[in-house]
Amino acid sequence: MTRKDLLDIESLRREEIEHLLDQAAPFKELFTRSVKKVPALKGKSVLTLFYEPSTRTLSSFEVAAKRLSADVTTFDVAQSSVAKGETVRDTIATLQAMRTDYIIVRNQMAGIPLAIARATKASVINAGDGAHSHPTQALLDGFTFKEVFPEPAGKKLLIIGDILHSRVARSTSTLMRKLGVEVAWLGPGSLVPKHGPSEIKRFTNYEEAMKWSPDAIYLLRIQMERQSAPFFPSLREYTKLYGITQERFKRIADQGTYIMHPGPVNRGVELCDEVMEYQRCLIDQQVENGIAARMAVLYWLKPNTGENVRPIEEEPN
Amino acid sequence: MRLWQLTVLFNWPLRLINKDEMPSTLTEADISNGVKAIAEQIGQCQPDGDFVLVGVRSRGDEVAARILELLSQKGIEVPMGLLDISLYRDDLAHLNSNPKLQGSELPFPVDKAHIILVDDVLFTGRTVRAAIDAIMDYGRPAKIELAVLIDRGHRELPFAPSYVGIHLETQRLDYVDVKLKDTDGVDLVEVTKKNEV
Repeated sequence: MTRKDLLDIESLRREEIEHLLDQAAPFKELFTRSVKKVPALKGKSVLTLFYEPSTRTLSSFEVAAKRLSADVTTFDVAQSSVAKGETVRDTIATLQAMRTDYIIVRNQMAGIPLAIARATKASVINAGDGAHSHPTQALLDGFTFKEVFPEPAGKKLLIIGDILHSRVARSTSTLMRKLGVEVAWLGPGSLVPKHGPSEIKRFTNYEEAMKWSPDAIYLLRIQMERQSAPFFPSLREYTKLYGITQERFKRIADQGTYIMHPGPVNRGVELCDEVMEYQRCLIDQQVENGIAARMAVLYWLKPNTGENVRPIEEEPN
Repeated sequence: MRLWQLTVLFNWPLRLINKDEMPSTLTEADISNGVKAIAEQIGQCQPDGDFVLVGVRSRGDEVAARILELLSQKGIEVPMGLLDISLYRDDLAHLNSNPKLQGSELPFPVDKAHIILVDDVLFTGRTVRAAIDAIMDYGRPAKIELAVLIDRGHRELPFAPSYVGIHLETQRLDYVDVKLKDTDGVDLVEVTKKNEV
């Protein structure tokens, strides 16, 4: 069971998702060793191609690739030929000529990772494309959720924020539903899409959503950079209506609801300072799990290198 | 005469049989005797129990658990760990899909430990190489020894086992299929002959 590329969650079968989530655990175990590195991808090259600014996802991928002993090159798009006017198609031709084994790509346009995947023999991992997909974020969220709820089917996850512009909301919702998790969205009417799967509940009122009694709340970052038109009047109003304020946090803590967030957090907007100290706040765990989940993805994918490959034997003995 | 020398004698019938008449199966009793032979050898050489067993997944862990049980009957209580060597295999780039990870559990400090690595079959020695590299990433052991249920020969790397249950004469391309109760539901070793191509 393997694939060349990881481009979205929608095309993954449930068994593939469960396989990847199971495989993340043995990678996480490695982090407790004195040597955190394993030689699985020794001699392989990984190239990161980020057309959008990112610190967390980029470094998470870099750490994951390095812990698998791969050589990582950062194709610094902002400083590179792209800034000099090179098209994506020409960049792809350059990358193909570099004979890299894995390409990790983030782009503001949906579909760019797919275009690159079709044009190269390398394994392509989508690290976020427009509002389309962010599959490794969904996998690390699913892994974190399963650590807390080993039997996730029937558990309830409430996602709060700008659902419309969020590839995280989209991918994580899809993955969670494939695991049998009940998913609901809460946000301003203008930011909660009416289209999409009807099994996902839509709320526009915080109190109403809390009556649904979610087991975990997933807060999205309000992304000012992704909105071209104003979808809500002000951040203060957003916080008042949907933010985890001190008052709302007390109730969440009483009920023992878990909190998740893809980072980076806007303190005082989506959540108050107290949430960050909360015992059931899973944000740091998500960061650690991100490395393990991405290692599992890199280990799972097989580039189309054209080398002689043979079916797996259980052990070489 | 030392006990391990006895076990060599114990295996003598296998050595005397003509290659073509080599039995192509080992039964539950053969396997059980093999495990006993290893436990005897270890008990003889390490009576103070100052060592740990590390079973290589999969099936090496089951062999190790059986040795542990027999040693315990002799009053030798030692800790046991499990090792998954998949990430250390030297053929990952040549496989069309990577092996499923089961994870390692070494519930003791590896630094300065005397480790007896346990596996079901010793063949090319490549698994042993991978296992030693994996252990070294946990710490610096004082000593690593190797115990195998079946040594079938045809090494591709310079390794010699310290403790052997059964010596099995095979051709290089023969396939030795080991089944153990906890993993496969039955204790059985079958050798499938394959001609050199």
